[in-house]
Amino acid sequence: MEGQLIIEAEELTKVYPSQTAVDRLTLKVQEGEVFGFLGPNGAGKTTTLLMFLGLTEPTSGKVRVCGLDPARDPIQVKRQVGYLPENVGFYDEMDARQNVQYVARLNRIPDEVSSKRIDELLKAVGLHEEAHKKVGAYSKGMRQRLGIAEVLVKEPRLIFLDEPTIGLDPDGTNRMLDLIRSLSQEQKMTIFFSSHLLDQVQRVSDRVGIMIKGKLVATGPIQELAKEKLGVDKERYTLEELYMKYFKEA
Amino acid sequence: MSGIFTVFRKELEDYFSSTRFLIIFALIAMVGVIIASMVGMTLQEETRGMTKPTLIFLMLFTSTGKLFSFVQFIGFFGPLIGIILGFDAINRERVSRTLSKLVSQPIFRDSIINGKFLAGVTTIAMMLVAIVLIISGLGIWLVGVVPGVEEIWRLVIYLIASLLYVSFWLGISILFSVVFRSTSTSALASLAIWIFFSFFVSLGAGVLADAIAPVNQQNVGADPAMIMKHEEVLRVTSSFSPMTLYSDATSTILNPMQKTTRGLILMGPMERLSISRFQNPLPLLQSLFIVAPHLISLIAITFLCFGICYAIFMRQEVRTV
Repeated sequence: MEGQLIIEAEELTKVYPSQTAVDRLTLKVQEGEVFGFLGPNGAGKTTTLLMFLGLTEPTSGKVRVCGLDPARDPIQVKRQVGYLPENVGFYDEMDARQNVQYVARLNRIPDEVSSKRIDELLKAVGLHEEAHKKVGAYSKGMRQRLGIAEVLVKEPRLIFLDEPTIGLDPDGTNRMLDLIRSLSQEQKMTIFFSSHLLDQVQRVSDRVGIMIKGKLVATGPIQELAKEKLGVDKERYTLEELYMKYFKEA
Repeated sequence: MSGIFTVFRKELEDYFSSTRFLIIFALIAMVGVIIASMVGMTLQEETRGMTKPTLIFLMLFTSTGKLFSFVQFIGFFGPLIGIILGFDAINRERVSRTLSKLVSQPIFRDSIINGKFLAGVTTIAMMLVAIVLIISGLGIWLVGVVPGVEEIWRLVIYLIASLLYVSFWLGISILFSVVFRSTSTSALASLAIWIFFSFFVSLGAGVLADAIAPVNQQNVGADPAMIMKHEEVLRVTSSFSPMTLYSDATSTILNPMQKTTRGLILMGPMERLSISRFQNPLPLLQSLFIVAPHLISLIAITFLCFGICYAIFMRQEVRTV
């Protein structure tokens, strides 16, 4: 998978008064990849995403997203990049369509263009029948899918999903992972998603990065990491063994 | 600019469809109509068979009737309108986790807070204009006098002053909604500030004036210099209250007979006589000169308040969302 680099981070560091959240992170992601960003809670995954979006300024180091510096050019970056925060919120008193339409307007998409696109998106995430229900009445899984629709309405090149499957039941999780896979295969979108759930990352990612206590300890396709770290070449390895190995070392 | 407009439009839609807007609007409309009809009927009685005094139209707003005048009512209740409209502007979005979504859209961060403030100001302006028009209509019908050009101008200035005054309180409540995470805390903090400025400043002004320049109540006219000093301290201290600024400004602008915002102390019968010889209304421009410092102070505190709020919001870490 050779392509253009869409994320380049070099020695990226974020220090908060109480702790170092991200410690000299160096990472490259190519256009079209599905990159799984693994790590336990509090490892610095969300902070990294916020720096990629220009929502938090790095303490030191360089980062380029879509060829731009997010700290300098946040508007340009946000125009091309979609971000689904963990536990995304909605305006509960509005219906699904109105929520997505507000995001479309904030992205300067004229209503004539967005209205058709919103219909298609709501159909794609399976919410077209509930499109006129108030979002306050939505289940967790529906809210998460609506979040994806909101992210996609601006037709981004790259999307960041922060723990997209957290709190979903098995069926909801499967639908979400299928959606991620189809976005990557059909629309050639680059997907960078963070999770602490290993089996899910394994199912959809081309490559993974493992982050522990602010440090990126490994990157690469899962098979290679397994070979390198566990010295196994067996068919059925689990990412969990690999992960625990890294975790004990850190 | 498009970001500001989108936020503005959404917030305005939210305001007009919200229950709280309906409640406050109904409340002030009701009180306004009751006061105006009471005052209107009294004026009708009093002026029957007489030539109507000049500028009678403005009396609809300033005349106290049985309870209080409309101007006094807005002076007292106006801050609550601002607080009710703004106390959860930012922290509601924090609680419902929509703020992190908003800031990750391609808009400047200040569009969010500017759009919200502007939507609030627009809502307040529409509310006030509507009420003043309702009262004017009622007044024309009851008293049978059409307002002159000067009276209309005075009403316009009154509206601008009221808009500034209520917007100041909107700014205060938005400021607290940025600072505090919980909506109830920000509402209570705004109410505390309102009570402090509305009641305690004037109370404190009296105490301070008594301490600096004690004036014996029984022994009237003891030392004119002391009485003057007492008044001066009272005036300067109480002008720290936006409520005093506002009520001084509006009562002067709506009542041309009032020639100063300061309290008059009449020293003797000759002085009283000389005052009563000059009982003509002030021209509009002269009234405006008197209240200009008040209006400018109102503009200054409104902008100061919004400026602080803006600065804090722009510096806040998104992570705290």
